[in-house]
Amino acid sequence: MSPVHEAIAAAKRDRDGALISYLPVGFPDLDASVDAAVALVENGVDVLELGLPYSDPVMDGPVIQAATQVALEGGFRIRDAFTAVERIRSRVDAPVLLMTYWNPVVQYGVDRFADDLASAGGAGLITPDLTVDSGADWLAASDRTGLDRVFLAAPTSTDERLRLAVENSRGFVYTVSTMGITGAREDLDAAARTLIARLREQGADSACVGIGVSTAEQIAEILTYADGAIVGSVFVKALADGGVPAVAELGARLAAGTGR
Amino acid sequence: MTSPEVTPSLRSEVGPFFGDFGGRFMPESLIAALDELDEAYQTAKLDPLFHEELAELHRTYTGRPSILTEVPRFAKHAGGARVILKREDLNHTGSHKINNVLGQALLAKRLGKTRLIAETGAGQHGVATATAAALFGMECVVYMGEVDTERQALNVARMRLLGAEVIPVTTGTRTLKDALNDAFRHWVANVESTHYLIGTVAGPHPFPVMVRDFVKVIGEEARAQMLELTGALPDAVAACVGGGSNAIGIFHAFLDDTSVGLYGFEAAGLGADTDRHAATITKGRPGVLHGSRSFVLQDEDGQTMESHSISAGLDYPGVGPEHAWLASIGRATYSPITDEAAMSAFRLLCTTEGIIPAIESAHALAGAIDLGRELGPDATILVSLSGRGDKDVATAGRYFDVLDEGSVQS
Repeated sequence: MSPVHEAIAAAKRDRDGALISYLPVGFPDLDASVDAAVALVENGVDVLELGLPYSDPVMDGPVIQAATQVALEGGFRIRDAFTAVERIRSRVDAPVLLMTYWNPVVQYGVDRFADDLASAGGAGLITPDLTVDSGADWLAASDRTGLDRVFLAAPTSTDERLRLAVENSRGFVYTVSTMGITGAREDLDAAARTLIARLREQGADSACVGIGVSTAEQIAEILTYADGAIVGSVFVKALADGGVPAVAELGARLAAGTGR
Repeated sequence: MTSPEVTPSLRSEVGPFFGDFGGRFMPESLIAALDELDEAYQTAKLDPLFHEELAELHRTYTGRPSILTEVPRFAKHAGGARVILKREDLNHTGSHKINNVLGQALLAKRLGKTRLIAETGAGQHGVATATAAALFGMECVVYMGEVDTERQALNVARMRLLGAEVIPVTTGTRTLKDALNDAFRHWVANVESTHYLIGTVAGPHPFPVMVRDFVKVIGEEARAQMLELTGALPDAVAACVGGGSNAIGIFHAFLDDTSVGLYGFEAAGLGADTDRHAATITKGRPGVLHGSRSFVLQDEDGQTMESHSISAGLDYPGVGPEHAWLASIGRATYSPITDEAAMSAFRLLCTTEGIIPAIESAHALAGAIDLGRELGPDATILVSLSGRGDKDVATAGRYFDVLDEGSVQS
């Protein structure tokens, strides 16, 4: 069982399930993004997801895109992501996944990227624009290095594609709660519940729900049927508005939704 | 006895890959819509009714076939070679864009979609999409970089008059690439009701091959017309390349004619050696952008670089994957043309032939001048005049300082 899978399973044993948080690397600067990630773990987050800033993020909503643009303007480089992972891992024990669009990985070199991530103590990748059927290079590199690979499942995915995502994902399957981009939503789509049930039929034993999750109540509801809940935009907004203390406070508040 | 060697046709590529280029790098949320579109397209391709309906629209609405115009006074500046224009500028809505739009709009109707969304740079594709939406009674939303809404104010007004909503995109570099990002985002959230009508031969499969099939009529007509007019195939075919739809449209019919040189002209802006250009194949390298693997202007980390061209329609840091493939196998040659050379060719066509071209197309004209001088007076050069210059009058008027101040808002 991979460290990410293990962390989610442990949260499921001890509580209602896992809380996974997203923050971009380098926002508002590298030090603060590391401190914020550490603060989230110290306040109850089980798995960290660090976003790699990219110029053309088609899955991201306005809050995350604005933050990643700040990081890029601040001079973010891919190697900063490995530095961030290493520094976070030296301070807290939670597994760290990188979420990245595919082109930066290709340009860095798929194998070199995998090696450097593994050396930094990273757990693996979430690839929003790389599906299993287009991901032969990454499947090979992650098999070689033992890194996790989190593929996405959408409400519109066929059963066959869900099976592909389940069979090839390691860590968890990223269950897209609703047809849309990242960003807080008032009502979570019932589609997530249906999709988790369909993923279970295909054999998923670690499936987490993201996109639009922003309150402890939503997290509690999601954990009645899923293994984890993924929160992004509201953490980014908290960091933008109130710095690391605000992120820590929000982390503790949302972690309560997991039964902590 | 050996069987004669069969040369495989370069015209038969059906995707998702063209050599190492193409593919489908997209969020899982859109894969079902792409599959649905691909299936609908494959079915339509085999349906004579679909082709009849499209051909009828082209006859009675677009104005096809578009004519050829020989331009001898212009050609004197091109080493005396014969220069012949394929007049896509005479199409309804003023450019080759309508060919693709009508095809995709018919498909969208077959899929039961009620809304069309599109991205546009210069606005020609947006105008064409708004036109088709009006014609078919569909809703239309057009994403356009904020920078481009300013330099193409006339086309923004056109789209609005046609009933479309124009959304200025304020993310990223606020140009065409960001309009694509926002259109994809909107499509993810509204995929049930909405068809994303991509305007060029880029994007994830099946767009590059489908758009190619809808625009290849340009070259098929032109090839037959050239044989009729000159009794021979041209020595060279020239077209401007941004995303590359008009170029692939006119190239495709000639791909297997090895005697015909194919020349794509990219926007070199202030110069391909400066950092202010959009010469993607000349200066970019393979990467993934907007759903397919092709040449991309990018930094060492794979971050897309800002492109620049005086023509909003060519100001795109990517290019269609079929062009990347044609470049890689040496079947087509891609060269940069500066803003200055394009504008000089623009003015030359205006004053020698009474035709105001789109600034995009002026890049192909500038390329044809170079080609003519290189190939000499015996050569025949076919040029895709992909659009007319109405939308560019303000830009060109300002460039040549012939605009009375206050006569045009933007």
